[in-house]
Amino acid sequence: MIKDYVRLSFFNLKRRRLRSYLTMIGIIIGIAAVISLVGLGEGLRNFVTAQFNIVDADVITVMASGTGNGPPGTGVVNPLTQKQLDRINSVNGVDVAFGRLIQLGDYLFNDKRGFTYIASIPAGEERKIVYDIVDLKTDEGRLLKDGDTLRIMVGSSFKDNDESGKRVEVGSKLEIEGHDFTVVGVLEKKGSFAVDTTIIMNEEIMREIFSEVGDDEYDVIVAKVKDGADMKAVKQDIEKVLRKERDVEVGEEDFSVETPENAVKTLTSTLSAINIFVYIIALISVVVGGIGIMNTMYTSVVERIGDIGTMKAIGARNSDIFVLFFLESGLLGMVGGIAGIILGSGLAYGLAAIAGANLGLDISASVSPMLVILSLLFSFIIGTLAGLLPALQAAKMNPVDALSESR
Amino acid sequence: MIQKIKQISRKKKDSKHKTASDTAQKSGKKGDEIIIELKDVWKIYDMGEVKVNALRGLNVKVYKGEFLSIMGPSGSGKSTAMNMIGCLDVPTKGDVFLSGKNISYLTESDLATIRGEKIGFIFQKFNLINALTAKENIMLPLLFQDMPVDERKKRAEDVLQMVGLGDRMDHRPNELSGGQQQRVAIARALATDPEVILADEPTGNLDQKSGASVMDFLRQLHKDKGTTIVMVTHDKNVAGKADRVEVLIDGAIVDNKKKREVL
Repeated sequence: MIKDYVRLSFFNLKRRRLRSYLTMIGIIIGIAAVISLVGLGEGLRNFVTAQFNIVDADVITVMASGTGNGPPGTGVVNPLTQKQLDRINSVNGVDVAFGRLIQLGDYLFNDKRGFTYIASIPAGEERKIVYDIVDLKTDEGRLLKDGDTLRIMVGSSFKDNDESGKRVEVGSKLEIEGHDFTVVGVLEKKGSFAVDTTIIMNEEIMREIFSEVGDDEYDVIVAKVKDGADMKAVKQDIEKVLRKERDVEVGEEDFSVETPENAVKTLTSTLSAINIFVYIIALISVVVGGIGIMNTMYTSVVERIGDIGTMKAIGARNSDIFVLFFLESGLLGMVGGIAGIILGSGLAYGLAAIAGANLGLDISASVSPMLVILSLLFSFIIGTLAGLLPALQAAKMNPVDALSESR
Repeated sequence: MIQKIKQISRKKKDSKHKTASDTAQKSGKKGDEIIIELKDVWKIYDMGEVKVNALRGLNVKVYKGEFLSIMGPSGSGKSTAMNMIGCLDVPTKGDVFLSGKNISYLTESDLATIRGEKIGFIFQKFNLINALTAKENIMLPLLFQDMPVDERKKRAEDVLQMVGLGDRMDHRPNELSGGQQQRVAIARALATDPEVILADEPTGNLDQKSGASVMDFLRQLHKDKGTTIVMVTHDKNVAGKADRVEVLIDGAIVDNKKKREVL
């Protein structure tokens, strides 16, 4: 039975097509705003999460940083040292820790100069651990091994470096910091900006070409935590050890100790704040849209007083009339919601594609089914709420008065 | 068209369709059973400073199977009387009985149910829902009675055939002539198989020819199926088509002497 009422309501909306569309604009904008912005935010979060997911969850990263005291730029970074690495290695819960060099450097390929991160790989047993942690695999060629001097692996983004029709491949020659290197492997795409654009070489040769880096210095210390160990406790122990070793007080640390979880959390909370803002804007828009629906429904009731009278005369109860108008209003909301979802999804995926193409990043929007369902439900509820009073007015109309309009 | 009614009613008598058998029973005896009775009905409209007495002690009896017309000039209280007979309104004073049941104190929803089941309305301006096709218009009152959709369709098609619009089922009201629209309205009134057909100036919006055709149809319906019809009109000629005419002036039925003067 309800199907017939829905059909009748739908029919009435279709008959006043232009007005129905105009009425729905508020809802459409509101829902489109939510879908596009939340979809983009979610996509961004997935992207950033992917950046962190390239390392295993049981890895702690230690980096030196400025003290934070004094004007920015004046703080000289106190580098991490071999001694500090040894101390971290002896922290309870740390399986193995090793240092890596990560330097910004320039390279020359096909007479074109580029600028990117260059990272080192330690030798021996630790090499395997790094390969394992970062899950490095080659798409072409092979991984670096001990004894490879003047040889490098490059991230997957080097494959795209073909503006002049020439791309980096196994056997290509790159001049880095004045030395000629040969590419032995191109890495699999990781979806991580940091890895995909990096040049990796053995530590030994890297120390040689970046002579300004001290012999016992590291840019990053990576600590793999033992299975079952408490990440938080290990992180705190490492901080304690480093404070002592680097002679700094609590709160004045000139280094950072990050767990992957930690970093993602920070980002997520930022995105949540943005989402709340988006939801508030969208809510306002949808509520304004709801008021528009209410206005239209009142007009519709007045226009159809004659029909209401006729329907009451031929046996429509108050509840029948109520359902008819109530559904019509709900449908206005829901159809607006559907249009908003389509528009919003289009915007989200479109903008993500444009941004991704311009930045050269692998970003894509993510509109979850849950978000779609909730948006639909919400727009239907707003529609029905807006229709409540007009529908009641129509239902309560005196049949004699209503009929007199059309007699 | 009349030929068609005869055919269909004959066909219906043969079938075990509910409508047909019910109607056949209804046409049984005539003249003694009262379907609608208005007893000393007053309707007073409170217009603030003045009170308008639309009905002043109206007494009307509608007998089962009769064709009654209530005639009166404009302002005589015709419409108000029609509202009372049609259970669209309740009196300020007095009682309205439908099939022996006093409906003067019923709620609007109960009245709606009674209207839907017992009364079929025909209006001057047809009052079809423009958004719906002829068939859908006829299905509408059945929808309000919660009848399953297949049955509704079947009924609507049957009555449309009966009024000779079998080929216009999917037309919208604005695609039909006035006479056709009124026939759709008649079909809608018949669809619920009501106790009484209540016609309010059924020819008022029609040209001479269509009006005459609609009146012929109503007469034939009354004659063949014994349908009880109450018609309200200001037109002497139209009123004269009924078996019995009552004259309404100033909110009350006039006596026979006065009636002879008017007619």
